[in-house]
Amino acid sequence: MSLAPFGRRRLRVTGRRAIGAYDVLSVADPDGPAPDAGQFAMLAAADGWGGLEDERPFLPRAFSVARRHPDGTLDFVLEDVGPGTERLCALAPGEDVWLVGPLGRGFAPPGEGRRPVLVGGGVGIAPLMIWSDLLGGATTLLGFRDAAHAEGAALLPAARVATDDGSAGHHGLVTELLGAELAGAEVYACGPPPMLEAVRALCAEHDVPAQLALESGMACGFGACFGCVVPTREGYVRLCVDGPVLDAAALEEVA
Amino acid sequence: MISFCGIELTHPIVNASGTFDAIAARRAFGDALLADFPFAAFVSKTVTLAPREGNPPPRLWELGAGMINSIGLPNKGLAGYLEHDLPQLAALPVPLIVNVMGSSAEDVATLVEAFGARDEVAALELNVSCPNVKTGLMMGAVPAETAALLDAVRPHTAKPIVVKLTPNCTSPADVAAAAEGHGADAVSLINTLRGMAMHPRRPGEPWLGGGTGGVSGPAVRAVALAQVREVRARVRVPVVGMGGVQSGRHARDLLDAGADLVAVGTESFRDPRAGARIAAELQEIDGKSGMIAGAPARDASRVRTRG
Repeated sequence: MSLAPFGRRRLRVTGRRAIGAYDVLSVADPDGPAPDAGQFAMLAAADGWGGLEDERPFLPRAFSVARRHPDGTLDFVLEDVGPGTERLCALAPGEDVWLVGPLGRGFAPPGEGRRPVLVGGGVGIAPLMIWSDLLGGATTLLGFRDAAHAEGAALLPAARVATDDGSAGHHGLVTELLGAELAGAEVYACGPPPMLEAVRALCAEHDVPAQLALESGMACGFGACFGCVVPTREGYVRLCVDGPVLDAAALEEVA
Repeated sequence: MISFCGIELTHPIVNASGTFDAIAARRAFGDALLADFPFAAFVSKTVTLAPREGNPPPRLWELGAGMINSIGLPNKGLAGYLEHDLPQLAALPVPLIVNVMGSSAEDVATLVEAFGARDEVAALELNVSCPNVKTGLMMGAVPAETAALLDAVRPHTAKPIVVKLTPNCTSPADVAAAAEGHGADAVSLINTLRGMAMHPRRPGEPWLGGGTGGVSGPAVRAVALAQVREVRARVRVPVVGMGGVQSGRHARDLLDAGADLVAVGTESFRDPRAGARIAAELQEIDGKSGMIAGAPARDASRVRTRG
């Protein structure tokens, strides 16, 4: 597990580009540690953090590191869904962000003889990108709402796509593509809770190991606030320090 | 060096209970946390006799100038804390203050005696924002309840006892005076203000799993200033002031209002090193104004004229 330098770092935004419904934000972090796949960072704009809907945002936001380039540039995949992402999606090169990270526990390598299968939904493609990079490619199945969101599939090599409305790829759920890939697989999944629950249930039914990258609202990202807990078979765990990647077998269900 | 209840501290900035988990932070940041520890003393999360799982999620709600939390005091209980947490917290480079809560005076006395007997513990803080199961009254909301609690607890330790006052009552200053009169060595304030958020998609339902929660952050800073000033006017014991502190300027304001130490809470969520940053900013302010860094604004003679 890569440790985060202690404290928040003021880093320069070097790029932001739209990919379909998403924005890829690039931040120069030449001196930062290389994150593990599945680790995340807390991000806030250094200026103008506040004053949007309900005068928010106030707290930083947690994002999976989507990619680390050889020069230390970190990519994050954003979707404008609230005041925090609205502000981050408005950042221009030359502006700064506060970043704390890399944080949390990421993906573990596949078990002996197991073949990695990556399953993503929507903006949940982010941690699969860096994992695909580090694995040198893997079977990749991605689900999106529609064709505009499915443009995000270009961020991963050779991904097969499903859309809810059938406007791109398979018409239906990404888990319908997963059924044929389960033999000998170790599944790595990130996406909305209903998708993760479907992946969990399918993998449990076929006795296939799965690692799920979950999401939860966080205030701090380093175990201080106890706000991001999710229920597991062992009780509540803090997603920021005990996750965000959890073994699917530890979960009764993804709520 | 400054002295707080006989405990030597290198600067006047500590953490608010429940806003910094030094054990988890060491997992995230490694030994760099110890080399650059942001607080002059470490105040633990609340410990109760029995383990608590805490409230069901969601536990957080963001505000424009702060947040509401409904965490529900998850902890391993006295035995689990002594076995697992205390040895790790004893390795911190600063004095340890353990915060405890019970639903009866007997429970609190048991906790105070257990921790008071440990060399690793420099002081105890009592979380009195809990109903007494016998009277149904919040221990820190009514002066007589607080007085009875201190009477029951005080004989169980010679270590300093800090009473963490709640702002959710008629007169925190009356409660502070009762605490002082019955043996408290210091008071700390403010705890969070009770608040709630409505569910954005389910009309009439609260958002937080616990229904209501505690408001913290810059939104409560003005309340903290007023209550610290009011309490300072009523007691002679040291006061730990907190509420929405984000900068050295805010810390200086609380010291000027009568606090002896300042605790940082919510700001640590936004900036893990906030305590160290605020201490440095305070030193800069005090250096420029010719004051001794971190010294309370009052002097001893003024203190004697109070109360």
